[in-house]
Amino acid sequence: MNISVTVNGKPYQRDVEPRTLLVYFLREALGLTGTHVGCDTSSCGVCVVVLDGDRAVKSCTMFAAMADGHEITTVEGLVQGGKLHPLQQAFWDCHGLQCGYCTPGMLMTSYALLKHQPNPDEPAIREALSGNLCRCTGYQNIVKAVQQAAAETNAPAPEPVAT
Amino acid sequence: MSTTAKPTPDKYSLGQSMKRKEDPRFLRGHGNYVDDIVLPGMLWLSIVHSPYPHARIVKIDKTAALAVPGVVAVLTGEDLAAHNLAWIPTFHGYDKQMILAVGKVLFQYQEVAGVIASSREIAQDAAELVEVEYEPLDPVVNPFQSREDKIILRDDRENKTNHIYHWEVGKRDATDAAIAASDVSIKERVVFQRCHPAPLEPCGIIADMDAATGRLTLYLTSQAPHAHRTVVSLVTGIPEDKIHVISPDLGGGFGNKVPVYPGYVVAAAASVVIGVPVKWIETRTENLTTTGFARDYHMDVEIGATKDGKVTALKVATVADHGAFDAAADPTKYPAGLFGIVTGSYDFANAFTELDAYFTNKPPGGVAYRCSFRVTEASFAIERGMEILARKLNMDPAELRLKNFIKKEQFPYPSPLGFVYDSGDYHLTLRKALDIIGYDALRQEQKEKRTRGELMGIGISTFTEAVGAGPSKHFDIMGIKMFDSAEIRVHPTGSAILRAGTKSQGQGHETTWAQIAADELGLDPQNIMVEEGDTDTAPYGLGTYASRSTPVAGAAIAMAARKIREKARKIAAHLLEAPVDDIEWENHAFHVKGLPENAITMQTIAFAAYTNPAPDTEPGLEATFYYDPPNLTFPYGAYIAVVDVDAETGFVKVRRFLAIDDCGTVINPMIVEGQIHGGLTEGFAIAFMQELAFDADGNSLNTNFTEYLVPTSLETPHWETSSTCTPSPHHPIGAKGVGESPNVGSPAAFVNAVMDALAPLGVTHIDMPLTREKVWRAVRSAKGAAKT
Repeated sequence: MNISVTVNGKPYQRDVEPRTLLVYFLREALGLTGTHVGCDTSSCGVCVVVLDGDRAVKSCTMFAAMADGHEITTVEGLVQGGKLHPLQQAFWDCHGLQCGYCTPGMLMTSYALLKHQPNPDEPAIREALSGNLCRCTGYQNIVKAVQQAAAETNAPAPEPVAT
Repeated sequence: MSTTAKPTPDKYSLGQSMKRKEDPRFLRGHGNYVDDIVLPGMLWLSIVHSPYPHARIVKIDKTAALAVPGVVAVLTGEDLAAHNLAWIPTFHGYDKQMILAVGKVLFQYQEVAGVIASSREIAQDAAELVEVEYEPLDPVVNPFQSREDKIILRDDRENKTNHIYHWEVGKRDATDAAIAASDVSIKERVVFQRCHPAPLEPCGIIADMDAATGRLTLYLTSQAPHAHRTVVSLVTGIPEDKIHVISPDLGGGFGNKVPVYPGYVVAAAASVVIGVPVKWIETRTENLTTTGFARDYHMDVEIGATKDGKVTALKVATVADHGAFDAAADPTKYPAGLFGIVTGSYDFANAFTELDAYFTNKPPGGVAYRCSFRVTEASFAIERGMEILARKLNMDPAELRLKNFIKKEQFPYPSPLGFVYDSGDYHLTLRKALDIIGYDALRQEQKEKRTRGELMGIGISTFTEAVGAGPSKHFDIMGIKMFDSAEIRVHPTGSAILRAGTKSQGQGHETTWAQIAADELGLDPQNIMVEEGDTDTAPYGLGTYASRSTPVAGAAIAMAARKIREKARKIAAHLLEAPVDDIEWENHAFHVKGLPENAITMQTIAFAAYTNPAPDTEPGLEATFYYDPPNLTFPYGAYIAVVDVDAETGFVKVRRFLAIDDCGTVINPMIVEGQIHGGLTEGFAIAFMQELAFDADGNSLNTNFTEYLVPTSLETPHWETSSTCTPSPHHPIGAKGVGESPNVGSPAAFVNAVMDALAPLGVTHIDMPLTREKVWRAVRSAKGAAKT
């Protein structure tokens, strides 16, 4: 079947098998190998991409056909004008990655989180990232990175709420 | 050509949290993992697995699979047997393992056939159409049942027994006598459960036989590319120069990517026969059910002590479950790895340990999962044992440890089980931990809580590791000595390329290796490119596992750099027109003795090495060093966990966890801390969640991430870290290795904390993982017992 999708701002038209998963479409049809595969059960989150600008989705759990007419952002779409996105910069600054395999999914989930919650506290970040497994970092520096990116994106910081 | 500019020492020195050089490509999604590589004309391999843990293969019918359009071949064990590849030797060469089953299957999910097709989907579809007729046999699913020898699993072996080997070290009679004569003794069986490293990137390969050149290129998820090249050559007879192993970016390894797996061999054989590239990427289920598991040790721990708490003897007897083949990843002369480290941080006058390993109908393995060979099992045994002894003595567990630690002045310390510990100050490190966590206040709080029936626990683990295999007189794998290597080439303009025999899987070698060379040479670490994992270009090394990279290859880098520096000294003498003996290296530059203001940088010397070398020296500036360490290194730590247990639900809340690590000289504190966070998280996972369990019929119960639970950001506690520094006296820069310490040391701290919380109920031990159900049941049965 024929689908039309916009990936990282670029329109594509492709024939796909109905059973083709979005992750394999991105990786194999479009060559965007930053989106990874790590499990068979939608558990690990290394395949997370952003749908229509603000929804984190596991691309192993969507058929490519379901993306027809939609916009997808992958990790390759985060760099703008040659500059790292604040999340990418913060992951680098805070040592939020080691082997790098979960990193694209972590970045995309965090990207969608910050679209909805520009100032998430630590529990909110941990909740949002709970569908993304990491075997290397213990999450602590990832949480720190998301906090740094949020602070930079929102600077100057909002007034503290009076109690 | 000289310069008076004096470099800032800080720019090059070790101990700085330099941001990682490898990160930009990962952050952009431009990492290059095996599955990212696509070669023209590439075929896919999908594997057919056995549904039975033990069964005879009556018949395999390939017809339906071969009829699927796009299927190129279906391979079985008999096909491989024709090429002498149905079986290959295991890791240390004492046993052999089946690639594709011949005659019978020995564990559920064992590889039975391979389907080669033009796409992943076609290969998977056709694999389901391979018809295998089985005649099920009774399985043997635990080593205690196995040792009865009622069912012999391996009829291919000469000895008709399930017993694989007996290993022992120490003085049995003296230890038994000392325990019998002790005022107080404890004995407890502690099980370190079967678990799996489960790196997020599964294992995989692309085998590419180039018929024109006769070269076989293997893109492989390999922690030890050179060792794998040699194994492939030995097994297939293909000359080693015709084999090129490339281990690209690895998405974690943790020991899982050390062994050779059937999928690799089938893909390589298929590519050799068919003449096109063949890719195999395992599924998560294949990863968890067929590739290298870890642990599975059943350990009987006995300790004797005087009534005032001085330990006198330690005995540990272990039954090990090795699965269907003896594929444990241990050095040849050490079938139970470095389990002799089981005396830990304590000064035992008498010690003895023995181990018996058995075959069962479970997957083969026994990899060093984020630990030096079997050090995690040993550390868990001694740290649990000390905790149980403290309770029996009614003594504070910190006080018991402080009373029995090897003293600073006893180093180098010959242990009763054959190691010579290089250095340490255990008292200092534990006292620092007690101080930071506020131990006395916590004990007071616990006392108050206990009066209200609240379950709060404090658990200590003061482990010592033995890492960095190793001295080649002791350590080899299939005869290959466990040295490691580095090659540094300094370019004319003062940048460099550094290659090593190791292979990073996330440890950050591209950064830390550059930092070591930068400090030794006074070059900018940003301009030292580090390359690993390509056997055509890297010097021969045994790879990265068992915390050996910094102790062995890290030393090789420093030594190679020092060779370069010696040559550079001659060039400096030439440039400064002074005798070589008058040239001093200070603040990362050379100067003539007494004239430090007229310093000359390595960058200047590098240019001269190519444009104006001294008359009696070779042009160029490069060196290779193969480092054979004189001893292992012995990193250690003091970990304290504080937990609250909910008696109603069995839920354990890890309120605080403090890790004080002593890994000697620190190259990059940010990376060391990251390694500790990650290892603690895996230790937490093992203590509370991760287990490969089997039912009584031999069915695997944990075949994917919905059943094999690894921690998410929600469960994972907040980690507090600090350090002490006792440099290794024999390592060129004093480093000891750190990546595995937190995974080795932390499981006992968690379990000790939970048992401490349950102490008022009289619960002494629960085997890991400490799931809510197990804790809840222990609380309930203890309370029930108290009522009756």
